[in-house]
Amino acid sequence: MNVSKEQLIDFIYDEARMLDEGRYTEWLDLWLPDGHYWMPLDYQQTDPLNVTSLMYEDLFMLKLRVERLNGARTFSQKPKSRCHHVIQRPFVDEMKGDSFVTTTFMHYVETRLDEQQLLALTAKHDLALVDGSLRIANKRVDIVNCDAAFRNIQLLP
Amino acid sequence: MSKYSGNPAAAAALFEGHQVHRDVYIDPEVFRLEMKHVFANAWVFVGHESQTPQKGDYFATSIGDQPVIQVRHSTGDIHVLYNRCPHKGTKIVIDRQGNTGKFFRCPYHAWSFKTDGCLLAIPLKKGYSDTGLDQTEGAKGMKAVGAVHNYRGFIFARLAQDGISFEDFFGDSLSSLDNMVDRSPAGRLEVAGPPLRYMHHCNWKMLVENQTDTCHPMVAHESSAGTAVKLYEELNLPEDAPKPPAMEIIAPFMSPYEFFENMGIRTWPNGHGHTGVNHSIHSNYSQIPGYFEAMVESHGEEKAKAILDENRHNTVYFPNIMIKGPIQQLRIFIPLAANKTLVESYIYHLVDAPEELTARTAMYNRMINAPTSIVGHDDLEMYERAQEGLEADGLEWVNIQRLRTGEEDFSEEVVENGTTERQMRNQFDAWARFMTWDAPAQEAAE
Ligand code: FES
Ligand SMILES: [Fe+2]
Repeated sequence: MNVSKEQLIDFIYDEARMLDEGRYTEWLDLWLPDGHYWMPLDYQQTDPLNVTSLMYEDLFMLKLRVERLNGARTFSQKPKSRCHHVIQRPFVDEMKGDSFVTTTFMHYVETRLDEQQLLALTAKHDLALVDGSLRIANKRVDIVNCDAAFRNIQLLP
Repeated sequence: MSKYSGNPAAAAALFEGHQVHRDVYIDPEVFRLEMKHVFANAWVFVGHESQTPQKGDYFATSIGDQPVIQVRHSTGDIHVLYNRCPHKGTKIVIDRQGNTGKFFRCPYHAWSFKTDGCLLAIPLKKGYSDTGLDQTEGAKGMKAVGAVHNYRGFIFARLAQDGISFEDFFGDSLSSLDNMVDRSPAGRLEVAGPPLRYMHHCNWKMLVENQTDTCHPMVAHESSAGTAVKLYEELNLPEDAPKPPAMEIIAPFMSPYEFFENMGIRTWPNGHGHTGVNHSIHSNYSQIPGYFEAMVESHGEEKAKAILDENRHNTVYFPNIMIKGPIQQLRIFIPLAANKTLVESYIYHLVDAPEELTARTAMYNRMINAPTSIVGHDDLEMYERAQEGLEADGLEWVNIQRLRTGEEDFSEEVVENGTTERQMRNQFDAWARFMTWDAPAQEAAE
């Protein structure tokens, strides 16, 4: 099966919509088992392991994060947060066999109670075609002001 | 009429042994007094020497609400200067770190200063001839803080010119810092990357108290740690299969009350203390190949074992830092207002130890203390609910009397049941004393 540029772009749009609509089970299914969601702490950070990141999460951590959102005693989600992505048309940077790389600029809003915060993000996706469907191999999300002091970021930018 | 302005004794009276009045958390005047008295007379953590390794390197931070610069002078010593031009007040540096070369140059009118603060030059200086500039306080240059001490790489400062010595202030509590540094085969730490920066809308003391609050993890963190344990059980992995890293780091937060009771709490004079006298949530971390061998090589087997057998959990250094010796983490609770605190969480690399140790520490930092951390979300929610709840007029006191059965003497080192709130009371005892530390001198001056 061949993947078109159009399909890659649609994939990124669909993923953002899943997150905004809270369809986390579907979203987790997009991931390959060895994937990592990386959110660097430093501008142009190159090392995810030996310095601090905001997130560098395997699938177990991502599941835990998602599961916790609905927990009966998850007090920081009573009431729940909501989020909203506005994305630019993704750039398809690489198409090599069954592996693909995209870069997407977006604005992310997360809100709870009377607070709302706006983050400007660059998301880099490593995608792979496995058994006929596109999956997330890795995802890196850079916040443009990553070194600023943040309030809670509870959902998934 | 203001209740506390100019009256530190009235503020100090808000601590009654078994309870504190809510004004210590919510009143802006009490906050001002804390900055003027507690943070000026105590020894406060500034930074680590590895943040300014070369001559001319600087690092900008704050001591309480005072903007300061930690800078490596041309002699190699580290100085701490107020970040303020003596001319018109302009901040000398605005970035968090950098190198200034041989001198600081104010960007407004180019007065320049040596890296120990001394005035070096003023452009068009003849404009000041016969003006008596040399008689003013600004003619000396950038002002240095009262005293600076470098303890095994950790820089502490006292704003006040005179006061308690570094040794008297910390006493035997330095054993926790020693243990953290001794875990490096080279006896040296290096800062690893920038700190997490997390903004809290609550009073700084709530965060400090929480460091030895051993009755909250199994409750407030049930949502994160409890869910982790549940998810892991559902995986039904064989006993010997490697556990997900999250289980090593997050799951111990669900340990039962008994675990925390038995871990013990030690308090030292001047508000310092630690949890984890006997064991801690860091006790059962997996071994990293090559590390013990490297420790034996440099310390000998007996000392290496003694260093690594110590598993102190959180050590609070009054007024506003916490360190975790076993994982080389330091958190500073920077007070911005009565209801606003910036938390910065640093990690350090153990020089000559395997990098896997730094990687685990970095993992702990991001899993537990990041603005994106689920455990952090649990805690912040509690602090901010408390900050808002304290506005309720129905009740005005905060209770801190768990395991307090009578008058307490905080001038003695004591080890107690790990669920005592004695360390919180110890902090308030120091808080009240440093609040009124310079009161007699002040009254005499008035
Ligand atoms: S304000 Fe610094 S030189 Fe004038
Ligand atoms: Fe906590």
